[in-house]
Amino acid sequence: MSHLEIRNVSSVYGKQRVLQDVSLSADKGEVVSLIGPSGSGKSTLLRVLIGLTPPIDGEIHIAGERVDYSSRRHLRRLRNRMAIVFQQYNLFQNMSVLRNVAIAPIKIKKRPRREAEEHARSLLKKVGMEDKQDAYPDQLSGGQQQRVAIARALATNPELLLLDEVTSALDPERVNEVLDTIRLLRSEGITMLIVSHEMAFVREVSTKVAMMDSGRIVEIGTPDQIFAAPRENRTREFVSKILSHPK
Amino acid sequence: MFERLVQEAPQFFGYHNLVFIGQAMGRTLWMTLIGCGVGFVCGLFIAIIRQTQTRILMPVRLLVIVYVEFFRRIPFLVILFIVLFAIEPLIPGTSLLGIATVSVCLLSTAFLSEVIRSGLESVPRQQIEGAATLNFSFIQMMSMVILPQSWRVILPPAAAFIVMFIKDTSLASQLGVIELTFAGKMLVNRGFSPILGFGAILLCYFMLSYPLSRFAAYLEKRLESS
Amino acid sequence: MEYTFQFAAVFRELPYLLGGAALTLGIAFTSFWGGAVIGVLGAVAKVNGKRVARRIASAYVVFFTNTPALVQIFLLYYALPDVGILLDPLVAVVVGLTLNSGAYLTEILRAGVISVRRSEIEAATALNMSRFQILLYVILPHIAKTIYAPLSNFFVWLVLGSSLAALFGVEELTGRAINISTENLRSIETFLVVAVIYALLTLIASATLALVGRWAFRVDAKVL
Ligand SMILES: Nc1ncnc2c1ncn2[C@@H]1O[C@H](COP(=O)(O)OP(=O)(O)OP(=O)(O)O)[C@@H](O)[C@H]1O
Ligand SMILES: [Mg+2]
Repeated sequence: MSHLEIRNVSSVYGKQRVLQDVSLSADKGEVVSLIGPSGSGKSTLLRVLIGLTPPIDGEIHIAGERVDYSSRRHLRRLRNRMAIVFQQYNLFQNMSVLRNVAIAPIKIKKRPRREAEEHARSLLKKVGMEDKQDAYPDQLSGGQQQRVAIARALATNPELLLLDEVTSALDPERVNEVLDTIRLLRSEGITMLIVSHEMAFVREVSTKVAMMDSGRIVEIGTPDQIFAAPRENRTREFVSKILSHPK
Repeated sequence: MFERLVQEAPQFFGYHNLVFIGQAMGRTLWMTLIGCGVGFVCGLFIAIIRQTQTRILMPVRLLVIVYVEFFRRIPFLVILFIVLFAIEPLIPGTSLLGIATVSVCLLSTAFLSEVIRSGLESVPRQQIEGAATLNFSFIQMMSMVILPQSWRVILPPAAAFIVMFIKDTSLASQLGVIELTFAGKMLVNRGFSPILGFGAILLCYFMLSYPLSRFAAYLEKRLESS
Repeated sequence: MEYTFQFAAVFRELPYLLGGAALTLGIAFTSFWGGAVIGVLGAVAKVNGKRVARRIASAYVVFFTNTPALVQIFLLYYALPDVGILLDPLVAVVVGLTLNSGAYLTEILRAGVISVRRSEIEAATALNMSRFQILLYVILPHIAKTIYAPLSNFFVWLVLGSSLAALFGVEELTGRAINISTENLRSIETFLVVAVIYALLTLIASATLALVGRWAFRVDAKVL
């Protein structure tokens, strides 16, 4: 059984159907990338997975266990194993960088403060932010905030990590720093679901790529297959467009 | 007219009158401070209840919404009368000052809960979602993320409302509470010129309100620029 | 202790109370529009006036917003006879509330005027709009949007504030409530009914203002 298994999931915003019959799976340690045009439902799929937007249909299994998104207990357990880095970082503005990273381990997982802060510092070092641990989010650039957000997500030792366009707000030099961090995580065996417009990176880092359009998954394949020999017209169109005009 | 003022002034500003006015001012302050203190605590409570989502609390949420909307839409004078006629048979012997203070509490709870609510809602939704995905409980989210960020939005309008409550307490004179306004009436009834009597009282109110108004304006400016 | 509510005696007087409510609205309207005239002058003085005009306008606003309307009206009502002016209670209340509204509306309008951004006017000038067009299409809509919510809140405050007229013997809603309750001795019922009338009155006022705002200024105003 896969680590993460999404079966026929649908979701709505009001009357608008934003996910339609989505199925996708990821084995332990796999890196699955979601690509597709703006508004195709990539962020929504991640939000459904972590329980911020309720699914109206379908099933989601984690390590063979079905998640009941209406149960608080299930949600708690789910969020204990899964973390998300948002497109807009969502850092706590009233807390320093170190506090942002250490707060969940200290207050939610009840780890000793010293140990949690030590761990937080090592994570900040990993993302190259150790010298900013006392700064506040509004004193940081977008890329710096993004890296703190990654450290915060990692602080709870998730087995599943969802990353939503973590490079979209960065300048080209910073992009590489963040991508290096993700490469490092892959080598540690964390299962990851990544939304990204960095096609070269997607191709390099993913074990599987899923192409989305209008709330559906159009095509799933290996990176080489999706980029070199897409089966669907929609995929070919999207990939060729984005490769010829990156961003 | 001026002769009369000049003639009365030494007697008006005599020791006994000043003590009398001072005590009255104390009662005005008491009603305001207790009213705002209680209003702040209860208002915070109501604002937090209104942020909850659980279905079990639905009736409570409805109840507090009705309370807030109702008490913001009736005159303070009418609140005073209702409290007076409700408390008198229930707890005979309640002092008039007590009745007036309870009325201010009812009023300030309604208004301050709205101020606090808009403060709580000023915290960006993204941070709340961030907290949710990190498994924060509702109380942890409130105490660690929302409240520390919302007081800056709450404080300026809250200070402005406190000025309003100071002025509203003048209506308690109608019950016979010897606060500033009632003191002014008594002094005028004792034969002092109304200009002197009510003028002095207006000045007293001004001394209480003006610093607070300035403070509110200052806070607003400072928070705007940061 | 047992107490049975009896509303029948109050409901019988409902037409009488509603008559009072009409006077309440009348007082609020008169003071609001009187105050609006003062407010426009005050805001212009504060934003564009000479030093003296600015000072006078500021002093006026600071005095009236930091002292209770009740005491101001006491002063008008009891002190003016000293200089030979005898005011009818209703007139004293309306004058007092008008002066109060003038102060608050000065502040509200001033906030609206200074919220107009220079850059928008410059953009409009660059588009070759005439001064009149700029006023009509850029400045006034912007001011209307900024002041709409505080303005309608203030009107509600005036409706409630006009109840102090009862203390001078004016028979508006609260005044008539006092009259009834001394007669039927059903005080709490009377004031509860009156409270509901006030709540409905201000709710209707808010809703009407919100609709007008949406229709005339495209302001997304909330009723509650
Ligand atoms: N809060 C919301 N309320 C209503 N509709 C929404 C909301 N968020 C997203 N949508 C709609 O849901 C659809 C999918 O949005 P989603 O954010 O998942 O797209 P996306 O693939 O992540 O796009 P992008 O690449 O621009 O981030 C879009 O049509 C969008 O308009
Ligand atoms: Mg997105």
